Amino acid sequence: MKVLANMPEFQSIVSMQDLDVAEVEQLISRAEDFKAGAQLKLTEPVYVSNLFFENSTRTHTSFEMAERKLGLTVINFDPQASSMSKGETLHDTALSLDAVGVNLLVVRHPQNDYYNELLGHADLSLGLINAGDGSGEHPSQSLLDMMTIAEQFGDFTGLRVAIIGDLTHSRVARSNMEILQRLGAELFFSGPKAWYSQEFAQYGTYLPIDDLVEKTDVMMLLRVQHERHPGEQAFDTQSYFERYGLTKERASRLPEQAIIMHPGPVNRNVELASDLVEGKQSRFVTQMQNGVYMRMAMLESVLRGNHLGGLV
Amino acid sequence: MTETILKNGQVWLDGHLQTCDLLLENTKIKAIGQNLTSPAAKIIDVSNQLVAPGLVDLHVHLRDPGQTTKETIRTGSLAAAHGGFTTIGAMPNVTPVPDTAAQIATLVARNANEGVVHIKQYAPITKQRQAGALTDFAAMKAAGAFAVSNDGSGVQDAGSMYQALKAAQVNGLPLAAHVEEDKLLFGGVMNAGASAKRLGLPGIINAAETSQLARDLELAQQTGAHYHMCHVSTAESVRLIRQAKAAGIKVTCEVTPHHLLLSDDMIKGDDANFKMNPPLRSEQDRQALVAGLLDGTIDCIATDHAPHTAVEKQQGFLKSPFGIVGSETAFSLLYTHFVKENIFSLNQLLNWLSAKPAQIFGLKNTGYLGLGTVADIAVFDLNTATTIAPDTFLSKGHNSPFIGQSIFGTTTLTLVAGKVAYQKGGTTK
Repeated sequence: MKVLANMPEFQSIVSMQDLDVAEVEQLISRAEDFKAGAQLKLTEPVYVSNLFFENSTRTHTSFEMAERKLGLTVINFDPQASSMSKGETLHDTALSLDAVGVNLLVVRHPQNDYYNELLGHADLSLGLINAGDGSGEHPSQSLLDMMTIAEQFGDFTGLRVAIIGDLTHSRVARSNMEILQRLGAELFFSGPKAWYSQEFAQYGTYLPIDDLVEKTDVMMLLRVQHERHPGEQAFDTQSYFERYGLTKERASRLPEQAIIMHPGPVNRNVELASDLVEGKQSRFVTQMQNGVYMRMAMLESVLRGNHLGGLV
Repeated sequence: MTETILKNGQVWLDGHLQTCDLLLENTKIKAIGQNLTSPAAKIIDVSNQLVAPGLVDLHVHLRDPGQTTKETIRTGSLAAAHGGFTTIGAMPNVTPVPDTAAQIATLVARNANEGVVHIKQYAPITKQRQAGALTDFAAMKAAGAFAVSNDGSGVQDAGSMYQALKAAQVNGLPLAAHVEEDKLLFGGVMNAGASAKRLGLPGIINAAETSQLARDLELAQQTGAHYHMCHVSTAESVRLIRQAKAAGIKVTCEVTPHHLLLSDDMIKGDDANFKMNPPLRSEQDRQALVAGLLDGTIDCIATDHAPHTAVEKQQGFLKSPFGIVGSETAFSLLYTHFVKENIFSLNQLLNWLSAKPAQIFGLKNTGYLGLGTVADIAVFDLNTATTIAPDTFLSKGHNSPFIGQSIFGTTTLTLVAGKVAYQKGGTTK
């Protein structure tokens, strides 16, 4: 096991802000090992519960696959069928799962920073991975994106990354721009100007998509959540596509090495032309595949941080 | 005998979707299965559409009698049917306030005659909905009221609320509480916070809701009554109700689609279509409501459909009345924003809009589909995007902040006891 010396150890992973550049690179490297077939041999059983308050099937499935590939025992937990509906708090639910022997929680919850209710409590000894909090962060999505970029380019320094679309409502945008800047990438933003606020100016420059396509290495498209813009004019998907979307014409002007990324689910012919989703430069499917391996790396680092599974 | 076959729908049965037919005979569901036939039956093709139990909305304002420029029993019930609702609870803040058994009996009869959906009638808690004497709950129940509520105003004095909860317990009536402490309003018209400051408008603090809720929960504990909190709007209310449920207090509550979807930072200008009571709160509150629904602290969703005339709503935040319409957009908005975005499952959403509200208010034979049940059915098109447009509304009120939005899940057909109450393209005012 060549990685041992470099394997990061965490008691929990809740925010990209907690990871330094070296740790991100180590997680990517370990995820690539898993992708290449590396296996983990647990000598003690580990029990994990996935608490998905939101019905995010894709992330849930990806985590469960990663857990099973690592040989963890998955204890299903349905918040609706639990005693939470009888008034139990999140903290008390975690306490009872801890008490029956669960070692690790993976939680998706609609409230920002929900994890503050679970961290730093002397009565809880569970490892925790945040699988998304409200409009806050989604660390595993960020890390799988970084892995996908690293696979193509190796190094982030000087890489030109464009984040395009619904910046305001995207937790992907927030997490990614912050880590990409730290990794040394150069950032650009595009999409409707109204969605680009001062908050983004410290990370990168706004440019119309037509001025971007010829000099971009990574086109990171965001899902448009048009329903989250009440009071604005009726949202016309066709005109959005024409003005801000990645059309086939625009894609034809991309540099040869450039890749197209999207966190899914894709609105075809809104953010990008339908044919491009399966195209040569698209990494849409790779992102989903990498998600499993990156989640394996994250889970392993938290197992190690909590001395679980008999890993040495 | 009239027979209808709903052909090839995606039918929500026992919490799952099944592709099958429903055979309706007169007012009831006679058969559920594949390839049903009957020589005389009228066939309605509902292929690729969601066939759900008629939705249940515990909180609607019909404005009739006395405020019929805003809405009537007829238009309000048509609006409900347009939204897929087949059972609604009508609030008693009409003019005059129906605070005698005779007035309730008259309203119950009018609801049955003039409404196109099942209309359950709330009786007021106090005479004239003002501090002081209670109405006669036993007589109200005998006259047909299904619950009591002073909705539109909070019950200001603890003594009245205590007496009301005692009477509600004795008579087996749920008490639906609009919680609002008048002395904590300070003239507010929207949520107190950064957005109110930005717009230069007086704010309503969260404690205007939570202080009275805390009082009521203890009174509910003391009396053992079924206490139902209307339109929960704050994170602290969710916490209080969670604690009360843990303590075994008989409390239920509802949340509106607009409090789940909107927060005060989305109010960009002096547009009274964003003015309602309780007000849109902070994003943090909104997230806590979603979490409360998902973990079962909040029991169900209700619209608080509150129509007003365009003239009334054109007066800006300071002068306009509180309230927005909701019946016609509830399901489609929630489907588009929460189910399509993978936050709620379709199963959860349908539960919160049908089975759950029926169950907590003890409405028999309502909110689910099964052999022999009353044919209250809503059919939705989940695949086609449409734009919310006031000219499609059957309500007299067009006061919605959602106009112009693109949505999925519009109603194509609503049946109430087997009869068409709404049909896309075929229902007019």
